[in-house]
Amino acid sequence: MKRRSLMTTVAAVAVMMGSLGAASAQDAIKLGAAAPKTGPLAGGADVTHWPAVRLWVHQTNEAGGLQLADGPALIELIEYDDQTNPQQAIQAAQRLATQDRVDFMVAPYSTGLNLAAAPIFSQLGYPQITGTNVTNQQPELSAQFPGMFFVLGRTGVMAEDTAQVLVDLRESGDIGNRVALVNVADAFGIEMSGISRAVLEENGFEIVYQTSYPLGTQDIAPIIDGAKAANPDAFIAWSYPGDTFALTDQAIVQDFAPSVFFTAVATAFPSYYGRFGQQAEGVMGMGGVNPDDPAFQAFAEAHQELAGQGPDFWASASTYATLEILGQAIEATGSRDRAVVMEYLQDNSNSYETVLGPVQFNDMNDNERYWTVGQWQDGVFRGVAARGRDGVSDVVLKDGWD
Amino acid sequence: MSAREIRNLILSAMAFGVVALLPFYDTGYILSIATTMAMFTVLATSWALFSGPTHYISLATAAFFGLGTFVTGYGFQTMPYWSLPLIAGVLGAGLAGLVGMVTLRLSGVYFVIFTLGLAELVRQLVTWVQNRTGQRGMYVLTSITERDIYWQLLGMAALVFLVGWLIGRSRLGFALRIIGNDETVAKHSGINTALAKVLLFMVSGAAAAIVGAMLAPRYIYIEPSTAFAPILSFQVVIMALLGGTGRLWGPVAGVIPFTLLWEFISRHAPNQTLLLLGLAFLLIVYVLPGGVVGLQARLKHRFGQGGH
Amino acid sequence: MFFILITGLLLGGTYALIAMGLNLQYGVARIMNLANGEMLVAGGFAAFWVYTAGQVSPIAALIVVAPVAFVVNWLIYRIMLRPLVKRAKSRGALEVDSILATFGLSFALVGIMSWMFGGGYFNYSYLAQRVDIFGSSYGQNRVVAFAIASLIAAGLWLWLSYTRAGLNMRAVAVSPDSARLVGIDVTAVSALAFGLGGAVTATGGALISMFFTLDASVGVLFTMKALIIVIMGGVGDIRGTIVAALILGIAETFVARIIDPGLTLAAAYVLFLGVLLFRPQGLFGKQPT
Repeated sequence: MKRRSLMTTVAAVAVMMGSLGAASAQDAIKLGAAAPKTGPLAGGADVTHWPAVRLWVHQTNEAGGLQLADGPALIELIEYDDQTNPQQAIQAAQRLATQDRVDFMVAPYSTGLNLAAAPIFSQLGYPQITGTNVTNQQPELSAQFPGMFFVLGRTGVMAEDTAQVLVDLRESGDIGNRVALVNVADAFGIEMSGISRAVLEENGFEIVYQTSYPLGTQDIAPIIDGAKAANPDAFIAWSYPGDTFALTDQAIVQDFAPSVFFTAVATAFPSYYGRFGQQAEGVMGMGGVNPDDPAFQAFAEAHQELAGQGPDFWASASTYATLEILGQAIEATGSRDRAVVMEYLQDNSNSYETVLGPVQFNDMNDNERYWTVGQWQDGVFRGVAARGRDGVSDVVLKDGWD
Repeated sequence: MSAREIRNLILSAMAFGVVALLPFYDTGYILSIATTMAMFTVLATSWALFSGPTHYISLATAAFFGLGTFVTGYGFQTMPYWSLPLIAGVLGAGLAGLVGMVTLRLSGVYFVIFTLGLAELVRQLVTWVQNRTGQRGMYVLTSITERDIYWQLLGMAALVFLVGWLIGRSRLGFALRIIGNDETVAKHSGINTALAKVLLFMVSGAAAAIVGAMLAPRYIYIEPSTAFAPILSFQVVIMALLGGTGRLWGPVAGVIPFTLLWEFISRHAPNQTLLLLGLAFLLIVYVLPGGVVGLQARLKHRFGQGGH
Repeated sequence: MFFILITGLLLGGTYALIAMGLNLQYGVARIMNLANGEMLVAGGFAAFWVYTAGQVSPIAALIVVAPVAFVVNWLIYRIMLRPLVKRAKSRGALEVDSILATFGLSFALVGIMSWMFGGGYFNYSYLAQRVDIFGSSYGQNRVVAFAIASLIAAGLWLWLSYTRAGLNMRAVAVSPDSARLVGIDVTAVSALAFGLGGAVTATGGALISMFFTLDASVGVLFTMKALIIVIMGGVGDIRGTIVAALILGIAETFVARIIDPGLTLAAAYVLFLGVLLFRPQGLFGKQPT
């Protein structure tokens, strides 16, 4: 009895020594992260960005850190609040790089903040693997910033695929020709709306109602009333979180139930289903996942456990994937030298195993395989359109709200 | 020009020269803070040129600044780069003149809220036009570095100081001092108060638009929600008032400690940045009434160094 | 047409909830409170928390939210703002100081809220069913909020018009110096007005949270709206605020439905700027002497 407890003690001490030895053999890898904790985009970053970043760091450290050539190294995460302000985003990136001397940095949140910080990443040689930067300018941006990588996808493709879903539904005789198209009036909404309008018209759809509304609008009743009066078969809204909720809410209140109801950002948030429950069934939005993929299921479970909330079914996984890619590049080179890691990332022949599935960058640093359209089906936001991903589900028509 | 004025002028020129050498010392962290300081120095000083003597608090800085960034956003591919700040300045002055003519008869808080509304109106109209024309987000991709922007801002700051100094010596400056003290007296003594106010408002509007045009390459991605963010207008007011608007150098004395404080708090309390900033504001309001200028005046008074 | 009118009225009711509190705070206590929107969001947070934690209706929650907000705001005035009022040499100096101080307060409140509750969005579903009026459907929660806004507005107006305390308050609103001369305790009345204003704002926040998605940083949008409504209606007159709120609500809805929703805010600002140009003291404001 006594001997056994002594033995276990010795064993425990040995294990502790071992892990201590492993951890102290190397200084921790410092990882810097600046993203909104306050300001207009804090709400989105709180769902999508921060939990995914913390989860990856937590899991990597649980597993003993990253394996470098001379032993494992734990990750030390340094967080700053950029206050959703480009000025602060620039300064925070500078501070991380030159004051905290971090080894690597997490790309900021949103297109605007990523671009503001891009010159700093670029000048100081930090890879900028973006998970929430959705743009169509990959050729220009990768030429100017060769260390900038794009995981989330292209705006043009997203808008095209959304239009394509309608084309397919019409081909199969499920919907008619009439589309109502609205957008939030900022760069994102304007761009998406412009592309989808062009694609829809090319395919012979009739835009029976089109309008925009100012950023921050949540009094949306007149828009739903106008859309309803135009009697469309499909309703497409390039919206932001607050208005996504408001549009759905008003559509329910006014019983506006077209066969296709699409809202953009935040449709994939778990809180969307939390708010609307059964009524969310059949609503479409940007992104989507393959919920049957065990890798995603494990990610969602761990996310729920650590953050107390599930991941959003779009950019949470891509944010997490940006760090998986970084981690794999560091381990593959066995080095914390940014130049070496950057070279590895820029080598197009390398590919990465991520929660999104395998990721490989093309010569414009662009990931060409991603989910584009999702739909709430039986309480999960299933991908119903994708580029190069398996497990695409069939689209179902929305059958009223009640 | 008195000997004292010449001495001050030479000292100021030397100070500018020293500050301009900064990029040779550091092109990273310190330069990026210095660029922020330079930007707010121009904005706050030009703001105080108008608001100091007239006691009008303008919250329209964001409108002019946003206008300037959009000038660069639209024009940087088709027009020579040097012309953009000039165009922005002319447009800014034009907008300020227009607004000034119709609004300066408002007083006190009405003017404050009017300018706030104006900034929002301009932003809404720009967004709406963008939406109608299908204009996408603008990417200002240039080879301009932070160092270039810093020097441009510094040059602009020198210009604003020069203008401020000249106005202080001119009949216009005299007129404005009287308006600030008593507008009725000013009117009776034959000063065209309306014209004087409009002119100064145009100066501050032009300066803010030029700063916007210069900063666009730093932000790279131009969209109305960040270009016209109302927080900028408030920051400028806070910094200028913290420094004090009674003297030309007052706003700078607010900008420098304020930027450092902001940076310090952002760095050391990443999760409570806004909370601590807010508490710092409150402390400043209670401890430093009249801003740094007021503090200096009180210290002078106490130590009897008035030197009249 | 009925749709535009009713939707506009409902929106106007929402705006009145946002702005009535600020009118009391600025009109009577002379504090241009830039933290108004944060107080509103705090009211919304409280209702959200009570609803999700205990399934208590946000309307029932008002019984707690309003008094707590009153006490908090009363204390803010007595501790934080009173020294500024005391040291101010002129109304202009007080305006500058109160803008600076309440701007700092708004930062601090955003900081506290995002620290305590995180930066995420919060909303919930309460009375989100439809109710039919003249053949169109509206959200029950908006109709209920409108009804409560009307009750608050009527109550405030009656109280200000027909009670001794209300009369004192109006006297302070018109001229603190004269009020002091006739023996009114200006400080106590101002603190009361500030606390009451805060209570009305937080109540508005609790009601608005039934149909708005809020987050810790969103307050500034409400502050801007409230400033515009209060100035447009005329400072220190509750009727002006209500009329301005309803006009804005109906005008925005009209523009959104008939012209272009992209111009709703532009139209609101044009209307506001127009009113100021032709009636600088606001719709119901007294001509400054």
